[in-house]
Amino acid sequence: MATTAKFEVKMGMATREAYGQALVELGRKNPNVVGLDADLMKSTYSSKFAKEFPDRFWTVGIAEANMVGIAGGLAMSGKIPFASSFAVFLCDKGYDQLRMAVAYPRSNAKFVGSHGGISIGEDGPSQQSIEDYALMCALPGFVVLSPADEFSARALVHRMAEHDGPCFMRTGRAKAQICYGPNDTFEIGKAKVHGSGKDVAIIACGFEVGYAFQAQATLAGEGINARVIDMHTLKPLDEAAVSTAAKECGAIVSAEEHVLEGGLGAQVARAVALSHPVPMEFVGVNNTYAESGTPDELMEKYHLTAPYIAEAARKVVKRKK
Amino acid sequence: MSTVETKVESLTELKRLANRMRIEIVKMIGAAGSGHPGGSLSEVELLTALYFRVMKHDVKNPKWADRDRFILSKGHGCPALYVALAEAGYIDKKLLPTLRKLGSPLQGHPDKRFLPVLEASTGSLGNGLSIGIGMALAAKLDKQDYHTFVMVGDGELQEGQDWEAAMFAGFHKMANLTLIVDNNHIQLDGWTDEIVSLKPLADKFRSFDWEPVEIDGHDLEQVITTLGRARSGSAGKPTAVIANTVKGKGVSFMENNVEWHGVAPKPDQVAAAVKELEEAAKQIR
Repeated sequence: MATTAKFEVKMGMATREAYGQALVELGRKNPNVVGLDADLMKSTYSSKFAKEFPDRFWTVGIAEANMVGIAGGLAMSGKIPFASSFAVFLCDKGYDQLRMAVAYPRSNAKFVGSHGGISIGEDGPSQQSIEDYALMCALPGFVVLSPADEFSARALVHRMAEHDGPCFMRTGRAKAQICYGPNDTFEIGKAKVHGSGKDVAIIACGFEVGYAFQAQATLAGEGINARVIDMHTLKPLDEAAVSTAAKECGAIVSAEEHVLEGGLGAQVARAVALSHPVPMEFVGVNNTYAESGTPDELMEKYHLTAPYIAEAARKVVKRKK
Repeated sequence: MSTVETKVESLTELKRLANRMRIEIVKMIGAAGSGHPGGSLSEVELLTALYFRVMKHDVKNPKWADRDRFILSKGHGCPALYVALAEAGYIDKKLLPTLRKLGSPLQGHPDKRFLPVLEASTGSLGNGLSIGIGMALAAKLDKQDYHTFVMVGDGELQEGQDWEAAMFAGFHKMANLTLIVDNNHIQLDGWTDEIVSLKPLADKFRSFDWEPVEIDGHDLEQVITTLGRARSGSAGKPTAVIANTVKGKGVSFMENNVEWHGVAPKPDQVAAAVKELEEAAKQIR
């Protein structure tokens, strides 16, 4: 994407739907890929896999802890399990199991939590996962992914299967703004850098990448040249991309649909502090639970949309010495 | 079912083996200065039966794809497992005194990063049965006839995850899976019946569509017969072997004593325990 003032927002399919498609592709390619879900397969889209491969798919009922443990046991027996649920239930209810059956023994098991963030909308905070990045990044050895759109989600599901070790991906409920095309390639731990703006770097993941592009266009109209870094992999973080951005731009904004503690911003800040300290501003959910509302209303009310990213960018640019 | 090298035919020999294992357990926990003697001593006959009679395994080929799986979900009972693995020949007996020491593969709770012969890393109670289900499902997918055994403590069954797992395994009639309950009646804080009782335990498993079998967990003949039948899968559903045991079994001052859940014996206590066990060995017929 070029740093032009014109930016056309085009919406694509939800990343959860792209996951469902990619999982079926994986199933056709590799008989060791098996699937699990905890009574949400129609929502996570693992139902597509369940339909095509009923003999290697188990719905465990509403029992996330058991599902994660079973996935660990399957992985210890040479299978490549993909276990899905809402991110909030998978990570929060399955956390001890993610630790004991997966992270600690380094099981080759994959987890996909849908309905990440507050953009799930009307169902409200009990279903809105705003802590999953922090929880999953805290587990040693885990790969943590949060793709922006259908193309990056699909590609990264394949990368998860190829990676030998535990992986987590957050997917979203709402349709995602298209950021890529079918020919774009993605690697775990390698950020996608968009533009070469040297005034500020906007480092975002998930839905915030789409908003970051909108902010980039707005800022360009004001003479502020921003680069957008899609940090689809929160862990392992692309520290080189962060360091380069810090050196070349001298100011960074992080943007995530997650609490400000322990997520993307915290990780980026650490990398910045270790490599090239520069001012930072943080866009995220500020120490609160959200509420019911439409996705657009919520993203606006909780200050996660493009104007808030642009405002953070203006602020951080002013802080540059 | 075990291979020629590890199979012990004589019941008397098995009893002697169990006695010897108890001595090693007391010594190694004493040397470590910390650990869980009570729940290690209660599970000795169960492990003896598994590793020397019931399980299909091969010391020369520890990662044999069709080996039976054993998961010690009550990870704190690992000294007994380490001794069983040493007696079977999987690990060097010289390692036993390194229990819980820095750099030892015999970690405070089972850690398969350091001891790959272990099927799972455990220690956070409630995790083992779900992992075992995963292994048992993989056996079916791969059309292998290995059996998966999981051992829990009775107190451990207060964990909700066990019942999520029990519901799943019962519903799916997983006859290639056996849960062994080391029912020693005591948990860290006291008697299980005084904390949150599990009674009626057999009825609970029956209602989850398991085949419960209640036995004396120190009667080797009963243990061998029951685990052998469970392994055959003849019930057409998973078996829950409720093995009634005595916490601290074999060491009189530890038996049924809540204080010996997680305390290491002092050198004089080790000596007294070893003496008592050696005396008991003389009575084995």
